[in-house]
Amino acid sequence: MADVLVVVEHSGDTVKKVTLELLTLARGLGTPAAVVLGGPGAAGPLVAKLGEYGAAKVYAAEHEELHGYLVAPKATVLASLIRDSSPAAVLLAATQEGKEIAGRLAVKLDNGLLTDVVAVEPDGTATQVVFAGSTIVRSKVTRGLPLLAVRPNSVTPTPAPATPTLSTLDVAVDESAKLTRVVERVAEAKGARPELTEAPIVVSGGRGVGSADNFKLVEELADLLGAAVGASRAATDSGFYPHQFQVGQTGKTVSPQLYIALGISGAIQHRAGMQTSKTIVAVNKDAEAPIFELADFGVVGDLFKVVPQAAEEIRKRR
Amino acid sequence: MNIVVLVKQVPDSGAERTLRTDDNTVDRASANNVINEMDEYAIEEALRIKEAHGGEVTVLTMGPERAAESIRKALSMGPDKAVHVLDDALHGSCAVATSKVLAAALGTLDADLVICGAEATDGRVQAMPHMLAERLGIAALTGARKLTVDGQTLTAERQTEEGYEVIAASTPAVVSVWDTINEPRYPSFKGIMEAKRKAVSTLSVADLGIDAADVGFAGATSTVVEHAKRPPRSGGQKVIDGGDGGVKLVEFLASEKFV
Repeated sequence: MADVLVVVEHSGDTVKKVTLELLTLARGLGTPAAVVLGGPGAAGPLVAKLGEYGAAKVYAAEHEELHGYLVAPKATVLASLIRDSSPAAVLLAATQEGKEIAGRLAVKLDNGLLTDVVAVEPDGTATQVVFAGSTIVRSKVTRGLPLLAVRPNSVTPTPAPATPTLSTLDVAVDESAKLTRVVERVAEAKGARPELTEAPIVVSGGRGVGSADNFKLVEELADLLGAAVGASRAATDSGFYPHQFQVGQTGKTVSPQLYIALGISGAIQHRAGMQTSKTIVAVNKDAEAPIFELADFGVVGDLFKVVPQAAEEIRKRR
Repeated sequence: MNIVVLVKQVPDSGAERTLRTDDNTVDRASANNVINEMDEYAIEEALRIKEAHGGEVTVLTMGPERAAESIRKALSMGPDKAVHVLDDALHGSCAVATSKVLAAALGTLDADLVICGAEATDGRVQAMPHMLAERLGIAALTGARKLTVDGQTLTAERQTEEGYEVIAASTPAVVSVWDTINEPRYPSFKGIMEAKRKAVSTLSVADLGIDAADVGFAGATSTVVEHAKRPPRSGGQKVIDGGDGGVKLVEFLASEKFV
């Protein structure tokens, strides 16, 4: 079986969950081969985990230049690997950087690309969910190989242990790929909470939360459930919560196992970012709020009464 | 500074959007077509740079005839002129072909700075700025929530999952912006009147030296096999809080094994 390249996303020494999902998907298309692109020593700590989820090969491209410049050097290295190894397909995470790399690869290789993929068939035909989750599309790359950016949380990662062979890739990047320097990377505090797009549970607050201070209530429930915190656009625009946590058409798209919407009416803007969540729970004082059309379980009531009681009940059950 | 802003006309994301059943493209005829929201922030950023550093702002749009309405709307905010790439052969173009056409059009405009929205609300591909940078051999600074121009040096704060990155490059460059970067101005009455007289030139695929067979359906690198409306979620249980709403909520979570 031909290789299926999986572009690894990692945070320091940890493989991101979306990569384990891509490896799981890749096994249905061919032999998973993981590609690590990072600074010196990036690949070593990741190999065992990648093997656990079925990577038969790990390609390591390690160089300061992959770290010090935006996106373009990674695309250069991947394009040359794709030309040399003729894989059956290339899978990337549908994150900002994953989509950007895919775009550059599409131009370099004159190859079609599909983004926001949620499922892949053995022949590479992809399923996409578009228009705020309202439409399902099956699409195919018709020129070149399937070059697919897959949305996080689309499949459940399952282990399939393999012992990967490790190959080192030459990193030869010319000046044209080194036009945008990364001067500094700044981590903004999000505490110990999981990343929004990867989290199995997301608790979000909207206009109904009323103030930045009241968002503590949203955070409290999130922390009890081990969840990430999200916010509607109304909440971020009002300054209740930082913009990077916005879920919706102009923010993040999340697809967790459980989504809890607190004080969110459920405008299309918001639904676009959370409609494919597996289970949806809503608390809103307006019984007519459109969020209840989506909710598997809804409470019509004052979130300032319902949420503290729910938090207390969770503590009691421990 | 010679600035080009990419403006896309999209179906209003606040209303129902559909794909056509005959050729699987976005149904624009039945939609309320508007400027892609994120592009308004790109226009605003371009105008602010012009106001601070001088220069000219040109709107560049690829789209069907009706996109002319969005071009006028964009011009009413303050840009100087517009270029509309208009050709029936473009119908059905994929992202790869679109990047080819836009790159060729940018080639005729000699821009120091190309600014666009970080994504379009219809396709949400987010790849176009890097595709253009790749074709033009210029820098890309994408996902900016802040942009600083100092002579020929551009510095941006790029939003990431963990926080942000400070990225820098020299012009010429493509910059894409999120809606956190500024607050777009509303067109003034004067702006709306002036926009009617601003120059909008049109370019065909042939004008750009591109073979019609390389764009539209003929040149597409991907195809839609089929599409369907996703079955609407059936609303589940809805309880009215009678003093035990929180407990009931947790009972539901427990029944689904979340607690």
